[in-house]
Amino acid sequence: MVMFLLRRVLAGLVLVLVVATLTFALLNLTGTDAARNILGENATPEQAAAEAVTLGLNRPLPVRYWDWLSHAVRGDLGTSWFKGEAVTSSLVNTMPITLSLALAGLLLSALLSVGLGTAAAVRGGRLDRAVQFLAVLSSAAPSFLVGLLLAVTIAVKLRWLPATGYVPFTDSAGGWLRSITLPAIALAIAATGGTTQQVRGSLIDVLGSDYIRLLRSRGISERRVVFKHALRNAAPAGLTVLSLQFIGLIGGAVIIEKIFGLPGVGSLANFSAVQGDQPVVLGVVVVTASIVVLVNLLIDIAYGWLNPKVRAK
Amino acid sequence: MTVPVPTPVARRANLFRRLLRDPVAVGCLVILAVVVLASLFAPLLTSHDPARSVLSDTLAPMSAGHPLGGDGVGRDVLARLLYGGRTSLLGGLIAVLVALLLGVPTGLVSGFYRGGFDATVSWLVSLVMAVPAIIVLLVVMAMVSQNVFVAMVVLGVIFWPAVYRLIRASVTSVREELYVDAARVSGLGDARIMRRHILPVVQAPSIIQAAQIFEVAIGIQAGLAFLGLGSASQASWGAMLNDAFTNIYTKPILLLWPGLAIGLTVVSLGLLGNALRDTVGGRSSPRTSSSRTPAAEPAAAPPPAGDDLLSVVNLRVCYPREGREVAVVDGVSLTVRRGEILGLVGESGSGKTQTAFALLGLMPALATLTADGLAFDGQDLRGLGRAARNSYRGRRIGYVPQEPMSNLDPSFRIGSQLVEPIRQHLKLSAREARERALGLLDRVGIADPARVFAAYPHQISGGMAQRVLIAGAVSCDPDLLIADEPTTALDVTVQAEVLDLMRSLQRERQMGMILVTHDLGVVADLCDRVAVMQTGQIIETAPAAQLFADPQHSYTRMLLDSTLEGAKPRSAVVAVPAPLEGIS
Repeated sequence: MVMFLLRRVLAGLVLVLVVATLTFALLNLTGTDAARNILGENATPEQAAAEAVTLGLNRPLPVRYWDWLSHAVRGDLGTSWFKGEAVTSSLVNTMPITLSLALAGLLLSALLSVGLGTAAAVRGGRLDRAVQFLAVLSSAAPSFLVGLLLAVTIAVKLRWLPATGYVPFTDSAGGWLRSITLPAIALAIAATGGTTQQVRGSLIDVLGSDYIRLLRSRGISERRVVFKHALRNAAPAGLTVLSLQFIGLIGGAVIIEKIFGLPGVGSLANFSAVQGDQPVVLGVVVVTASIVVLVNLLIDIAYGWLNPKVRAK
Repeated sequence: MTVPVPTPVARRANLFRRLLRDPVAVGCLVILAVVVLASLFAPLLTSHDPARSVLSDTLAPMSAGHPLGGDGVGRDVLARLLYGGRTSLLGGLIAVLVALLLGVPTGLVSGFYRGGFDATVSWLVSLVMAVPAIIVLLVVMAMVSQNVFVAMVVLGVIFWPAVYRLIRASVTSVREELYVDAARVSGLGDARIMRRHILPVVQAPSIIQAAQIFEVAIGIQAGLAFLGLGSASQASWGAMLNDAFTNIYTKPILLLWPGLAIGLTVVSLGLLGNALRDTVGGRSSPRTSSSRTPAAEPAAAPPPAGDDLLSVVNLRVCYPREGREVAVVDGVSLTVRRGEILGLVGESGSGKTQTAFALLGLMPALATLTADGLAFDGQDLRGLGRAARNSYRGRRIGYVPQEPMSNLDPSFRIGSQLVEPIRQHLKLSAREARERALGLLDRVGIADPARVFAAYPHQISGGMAQRVLIAGAVSCDPDLLIADEPTTALDVTVQAEVLDLMRSLQRERQMGMILVTHDLGVVADLCDRVAVMQTGQIIETAPAAQLFADPQHSYTRMLLDSTLEGAKPRSAVVAVPAPLEGIS
């Protein structure tokens, strides 16, 4: 298990490195004049050249890459070309917002999908068909459309919850909850469909298995059969889908943040990409890729922990 | 050499026709057709230029000139809606085509040949999956090209892993099939095998996935435009949402049209994909549920008399099949007395296992069960509620299954699986239940009970698993044991030991027992009486000795002939001193 994890960590690091390198190449080989971008249309060629020297853009690409990389591994992702703020501190300021949004969405969607998937698998019949229909609707509707709908109805028309703005948890827990409720619901609804289908499908498989029949023959109550034994055996499959959903949730958060005016990583990415703020874009890509790798690693560990065959090794 | 080949052409035509029978699918197809036609014939449907701003038309109300009004910068909403459809559909199409063009060939080659190519591509795929799509697209659109169709090519690449994985998995599963091996043995080239055997298999899943990618691509494309990316001159639903969003407080209705267009299109695609899946795979539905109680019919027979432990009168089990009710158990009547072993014999499919399940209330939800009498120790078992049924299952009637390994829950330790029913039925403390379980493991001949108690099912052998299941069946001192071919799945050497164990337990505890088997040797060995089943009915019941000496029914004679002739009588095996005898 330890060797397996070490290999996975190593593979993850290589993956992040490759993603960073490719992004670096993509950003630098597209031929945009970054210095002129920063100074604006009216800058003279001399001013642009001077700016390029200040930013270190006159150095050869491999040197700049090595410079960036050697700082990055020490936790220094450079400085924003536009705001002059350290990229790491921008990320530290914005990441908690996006992560709390994605995690709240994930939690909500996990609860919903386990509940709905279990009800559909156990009850069958009309309830099952209704759940399946809703699941297809939910996985088809883009999360930002759901977000817009929620913003228009609940925030703008009914004014039950704020339409925009973010309150840090440390300022006010209630305010924080109010500010992320609608965006988290929007994200969760989109993620729930696929997971519900998966939970339902694996649960139906498990409930049809021999050992479930044996448990019933032993007079074990149906509640224990479903909630202790069947769900436990269906969990690994649900977990796998949930990890894929999490990556989707981070992506969905980028757009949701715009709708609800949340200053998260998505807004940072959007803003800096449009401006051409290379260090920030690079930082965002590297950090999100690292988070995805980390989440996959956690899922692997959870998977092993859930599966006695893997655990024993 | 002839190789069975699935006929893809006929199946595909069928698929479409079957799809047309589903009203939801037809509705989706109609909506999609309307969207496609409206975008295609946009110039005929509106005379406005979707990109032209007229200052006086800013946020114009609906009118004859502007059927859906004007947007925030004075462009005609209807024109933007119609032309925007072109952007969405074309963009989605590009993403689908790129994903399929990359995914199908790489998936085919990876799944078929494996090796280095497979390893390399699988690694590339994990690379693509490590970055959220929307962030990649943001970077591409902001720094490389404003053109939304370039972004859709990139999106196609991002969807490549999904197609690749699906195709690779399908190919891997087909590759192991016998007919592919047979085709290879018979000298078909790889290209022909792929075309004739593998492509037909991956067709349906690819179509379904294409619908999904199309759906997600339209959503993502709209999301990008909503973020303000892409060229301003190109009408798109996402850009309309962006404009409407800035006017959300003044004119929220502007959100409705693009929202509706995107919503209807993606939901139709989603439902269509689902309908396709149902048509291809058949709707999967919950297979078993014990929520239904056996239907109670008025008892025609008087309550069973005297020392009958179990009495069954005219038991029927029916399943719906192609619109009809088919009886798999068709009027079975039997009795078991205390301390008696009844053999239930017949070939596979004769209904003996279904009879055993019916007695335990373990029928699938689809089955209907009726009986004129079903009494256990004087208590009517028909129409019992869940709780009442669970108070005799496991407590007073024990069950030993056929396949030991698949009947243990793989996620829980053996000890906890033994302790759970003991605690529930006998209301023992955790420690007492543990002591009892360890004693039982020792009783069934397991050398190191503590180790097996702490083990997971995958850590023990099949023979040991069957001993564990027997221990579980007798753990609450049942009066009746139902054993469904308890030795069929075991090695021959283990079979004899397990049978001896069951007999010694049965004698020691004076249990009644129903032994379901197709092995007449086992019957001769253990059973007091025998009931012979054929096509759901009991055709002959007799004391064991009498049945072997003087079979009445021709089917019984046939069974006896086919089993005993040439086969060693089982008693020879059992004559070996059993290691378990006397341990108790």
